[in-house]
Amino acid sequence: MNILKTYKIYIGGQFPRTESGRTYVVKNSSGDPIANVCQSSKKDIRNAVQAARKAFGTWSERSAFNRGQILYRMAEMLDGRKAQFIEELMQQGSSADAAAQEIERSIDRIVYYAGWCDKYQQLLSAVNPVNSSHFNFSVSESTGVVGIVADEASSLIGIISQLMPVIAGGNTAVLIASESLPLCSISFAEVLETSDLPAGVVNILTGSADEMLPTLAEHMDVNALFLSNASKEMVKSTQLAAVDNLKRVLVLNEDWTDESAQGIRFISCFQEIKTTWHPIEQIGGATSTY
Amino acid sequence: MTESNNKWEYAPSLESTSHIQLKERYDLFIDGKWVKPSDNRYFSSINPATEEKIAEIAWASDADVDLAVKAARKAYTEVWSVMKPSERAKYIFRIARLMQEKARELAVIETLDGGKPIRESRDIDIPLACNHFFYYAGWADKLQDAFPQRNIQSLGVAGQIIPWNFPLLMAAWKIAPALAAGNTVVLKPAESTSLTALKLAEIIEASGLPAGVVNIVTGHGDTGAAIVNHPDIDKIAFTGSTSVGKLIQKAVAGTAKKVSLELGGKSANIVLEDAPIDQAVEGIVNGIFFNQGHVCCAGSRLYVQESIADEVVRKLKQRMESLYLGNPLDKNTDIGAINSKEQLQTIEKYVEIGKKEGADMYQVTCELPAKGFYCRPTIFTNVAQSSVIAQEEIFGPVLTVQTFRTIDEVIQKANNSPYGLAAGVWTDKGSRIFNLTSKLRAGVVWANTYNKFDPASPFGGYKESGFGREGGLHGLEAYLK
Repeated sequence: MNILKTYKIYIGGQFPRTESGRTYVVKNSSGDPIANVCQSSKKDIRNAVQAARKAFGTWSERSAFNRGQILYRMAEMLDGRKAQFIEELMQQGSSADAAAQEIERSIDRIVYYAGWCDKYQQLLSAVNPVNSSHFNFSVSESTGVVGIVADEASSLIGIISQLMPVIAGGNTAVLIASESLPLCSISFAEVLETSDLPAGVVNILTGSADEMLPTLAEHMDVNALFLSNASKEMVKSTQLAAVDNLKRVLVLNEDWTDESAQGIRFISCFQEIKTTWHPIEQIGGATSTY
Repeated sequence: MTESNNKWEYAPSLESTSHIQLKERYDLFIDGKWVKPSDNRYFSSINPATEEKIAEIAWASDADVDLAVKAARKAYTEVWSVMKPSERAKYIFRIARLMQEKARELAVIETLDGGKPIRESRDIDIPLACNHFFYYAGWADKLQDAFPQRNIQSLGVAGQIIPWNFPLLMAAWKIAPALAAGNTVVLKPAESTSLTALKLAEIIEASGLPAGVVNIVTGHGDTGAAIVNHPDIDKIAFTGSTSVGKLIQKAVAGTAKKVSLELGGKSANIVLEDAPIDQAVEGIVNGIFFNQGHVCCAGSRLYVQESIADEVVRKLKQRMESLYLGNPLDKNTDIGAINSKEQLQTIEKYVEIGKKEGADMYQVTCELPAKGFYCRPTIFTNVAQSSVIAQEEIFGPVLTVQTFRTIDEVIQKANNSPYGLAAGVWTDKGSRIFNLTSKLRAGVVWANTYNKFDPASPFGGYKESGFGREGGLHGLEAYLK
């Protein structure tokens, strides 16, 4: 007899059940039940945002090098658990080849973003030659708490592709997993939990985006939202709900299985540019012409 | 002193207005021509320092905006987007040069129309506006170098709506990067300060810029709404209040329009106990009283470390008494006229709120001119963090003063605002500057200075102060795919 795994959610580094006590059944392509998954609630969203906000200070102020080490560790941990992810992908309808390819690409993508952690700043920043006696420079800083609605059509590579540029850039995240393909999201949370990632940097909830997204989109402590291949209605209602605290809303229609669906352009969407002015003292007589 | 009274009055030193050329009535600048508004409506632009009418300005309707967008679209498709980028650059350089030649006239008109001191329009607004065109002109043929990792493309037609506090400068901030990136423009100036944008239209006309590349449509809020809602506009760039910014965000939700918003602020100006105090006092004054406080990044929340608070406040009051308030055309004037009657009423409403909230008010004792809209420089001490006057943007010469003991405390207080536009830090210690400047959640931070601007320096906010940057390399991003 198979032991069916219980899929819980991931908030603040813990694996609680949804506070609502609800679950829904995930079925495979032939209609057989494969797992019970938490049907998370609005209250879970609020708890997750609170955890993400709490983690933001420590994560964004970590050294960029350290963030890179932690992301790389995630790739290592995922690599060690390939078999489990391939099985889950196949349970959810992938062919063996497609599942193997998806896990390889996922690992590669994490490694790719691990490398970005201490490099994007140099490409997004600038020293600005102002017409006065000031040293003026612009640097990128993390936007804050980012709400992510995972691509509904993807169980693993979508989550990786949306999450990694967000956390590589020093943000923290609340992610709503694909409702129909949720298995890998919680198994990936177990990877995160064993990768030295501070509690609360990533929070993952399963359930209905239609139910949870409005709460996330209008939450005043969320700074940005990231939708992928979302319906027109979902995009519009999210953009409207985001107005009250002027969240940055990124809507992309990428095919995340594509090798080129990665890049600094996804990191820069969740960065703010800060410009700092410092006067330069001008002392007469002392010149550099020697 | 020869006289017994010890008042040291400056002799007035009025800037001449004899050389400026203004028409009595201005039409809309659409497709390279001056076009009458379709429903023949005009409104008056008045001088806020005298309450006298300066000129009549066309009020563009939906139909006029549509005409302007069509002209911009045609110019985009047929001329501007297919022009060799180095040729585009030359047009923008030429506009910069023509503006420089007319700099003094533009400065005088800016002061007449908006009430700002001639010293500021002459030395800050107009030179910065010219330089902005000059700076972005050079980017036009280097866009791919700016973003080597991307395939650079322009957006199309940009609808741009600007405020009344830096009229020509804001027009430059909007138009110059848009043109350099290969877009065409429909720009709406603020209704109380349309004149320098219309003078810019004359300059653009004289520059030979192809018809329709820049269209200037004057009017009120409904004209702006027509731009925001026009289906054939690809990009909305707005500078103004956070409340209008949110309306724009709502209006464009679900559309493909790209948006950049440069909105309000309630910026913290922080003075630590080791700061050079006289210099900091100058910085506080410049932070809040520059342009009568009509500055989105004004240092309107002063935080002074407790140990030096009495001294700073005493010196600040002393310095405020020496500010010269009066005729904006007088070269001695530090504080000019409030931009409009409505804005004066808003400021006065907040002053009343401040008094009711129990804060201690201090206003300079100078006399106000008999005519025109004027407001005495005002500070409130004993202000609570939760006070309305410490939370909401006043957009006038009103400063709140609070004290703090530790750096942690002041970082928390400074960041405790829905806004995140700018901040100032005054201290002698370099490592402390970097600690504070990296922890303040604001888009522009001035260390031991305040209210400095430059075409090469990106400007824009965090949080509810908006998104997107204007100025510098980062300012190009707002106008490219």
